[in-house]
Amino acid sequence: MQIYLPIAEISVNAFLLLGLGGMVGVLSGMFGVGGGFLITPLLFFIGIPPAVAVATGANQIVASSFSALMAHLKRKTVDFKMGSVLLAGGLVGSGFGVWIFNLLKQLGQVDLLVNLFYVVFLGIIGALMMVESLRALRRSRTQGPVKAHRKTRGLAQTLPLKMRFRASGLYISVIPPLLVGLAVGVLAAIMGVGGGFIMVPAMIYLLHMPTKVVVGTSLFQIIFVSAFTTMLHATTNHTVDIALALFLLIGGVIGAQFGTQLGARLRAEQLRVALAALVLIVCGKLALDLLLTPSDLYSIGAS
Amino acid sequence: MLRRLALLLLLIIAAPLHAEEVVLGLSHEEIRITTDFDGSDILIYGAVKRDKPADDSAPLEVIITVAGPSGPVTVWRKERVFGIWMNTKSVEIDRAPSFYAVASTGPLKEILSETEDLRHKISIPRAIRSVGAPLDVQDAQPFNDALIRIRENTGTYKLLPDTASLKESTLFDANIALPANLTEGEYLTRIFLTRGGAVVSSYETPIIVQKVGLERWLYELSREQAFLYGLMSLAIAVAAGWGASTFFALIRR
Repeated sequence: MQIYLPIAEISVNAFLLLGLGGMVGVLSGMFGVGGGFLITPLLFFIGIPPAVAVATGANQIVASSFSALMAHLKRKTVDFKMGSVLLAGGLVGSGFGVWIFNLLKQLGQVDLLVNLFYVVFLGIIGALMMVESLRALRRSRTQGPVKAHRKTRGLAQTLPLKMRFRASGLYISVIPPLLVGLAVGVLAAIMGVGGGFIMVPAMIYLLHMPTKVVVGTSLFQIIFVSAFTTMLHATTNHTVDIALALFLLIGGVIGAQFGTQLGARLRAEQLRVALAALVLIVCGKLALDLLLTPSDLYSIGAS
Repeated sequence: MLRRLALLLLLIIAAPLHAEEVVLGLSHEEIRITTDFDGSDILIYGAVKRDKPADDSAPLEVIITVAGPSGPVTVWRKERVFGIWMNTKSVEIDRAPSFYAVASTGPLKEILSETEDLRHKISIPRAIRSVGAPLDVQDAQPFNDALIRIRENTGTYKLLPDTASLKESTLFDANIALPANLTEGEYLTRIFLTRGGAVVSSYETPIIVQKVGLERWLYELSREQAFLYGLMSLAIAVAAGWGASTFFALIRR
């Protein structure tokens, strides 16, 4: 069944869109990532103009994240207080990120910089997660259950402005989560994604939040950041395609429900290995595009 | 179809006669982009009317072109810099049609002279206008060639020799397929009659391509009521997310 998209001005297969949305929805529910780093390149691949893909991707992320968040709310695995602190940092950060993005656009080469950002960040995060979670898996296999991780007195404990995050079982300064939110906001705006794939590891490794609440809290923050991005694109560039979004999100919300079920069944370490593998695959694909000789040296750009 | 042809023939007889002239019919004068739009075929047909017996010095040939709305296009070339392929050089092409098809009764080289092509801008390279390259690009031609190559691969530029047919030097027709990724605007359709490489007569008429119904409404809303459109997109997103989770919670119970 072909459908003509009013903003993208292209006719595509409706089932292809449903499938794409579904696939990304499953990942979103499982890992708490919005899936922006997957859906945007996939939309490019099926011929959607990049500007429309980025803007509509943001809208789709709102839907699949909302669906996944509902499931997490029922299981009470959302730390609203932590989420709000991250969000406050995130909104400031994304405003700053948009400013940097426009500066880079004036200098040209913004595509290349976005790609480099993807390769570098996905590479570092994927590699770190893979090493750490493989070690954890091996440890749990040889020594039985893992000991509760050491209570280190890191920066989070020594800085002022301490706050109690009950759902996370933490009593830490608000400064580190604010900074994490800010950094993720900047990166998210530049890379045109929700930022879950950076936030989830940051929450685990920098804030030492329990894995159980990380996913729900990250989803909570992503919904607001992507809604903000959607509005920004809709009002300034007019590139949100509601018909495209509708098909992606029907697939997405259903996928997200299956994803949360699947995620609840897997063990935390396995979940992390799987997410690390996914991040590394996307990183590898993007790196190859930059390094291999392209099939056509010429390309048509928007003017 | 038959009735239309009959009408055409009547026109040929009734109209005041000049030399060789084109009388044209189109299967659609307007293409409406609806939600299930998946490309469209247009049949361009017509007849040649003449006041005296056909000049037999050279065979009559027909060339039909359909051109979508034009606009500037930037073509980039990649180069390896520090091991990474990046866009380094670019050439702005002043005007390139978003769609261009040339159907003819024979290979263009044989039925159209170079000077006539230059004058009427019929072949694909002539239909693209490129004024000059920036100083850092010595030769802009590869950029033009690249644009044509890329657009031919995606099916937006088509060279269709031998797809037009001409019967008894009088009745002609050609079928041109318009792709699914059609943009709105006026698609200028031109018909050229050539003899021995020279254009003896031409005729042009626009085909209007526009979005209708839901497509039109959404497109206009996104431009004129952008804030409302944004909120609507978000509302649909939230409603779908909430709906799916409620639905799944119900069937699991």
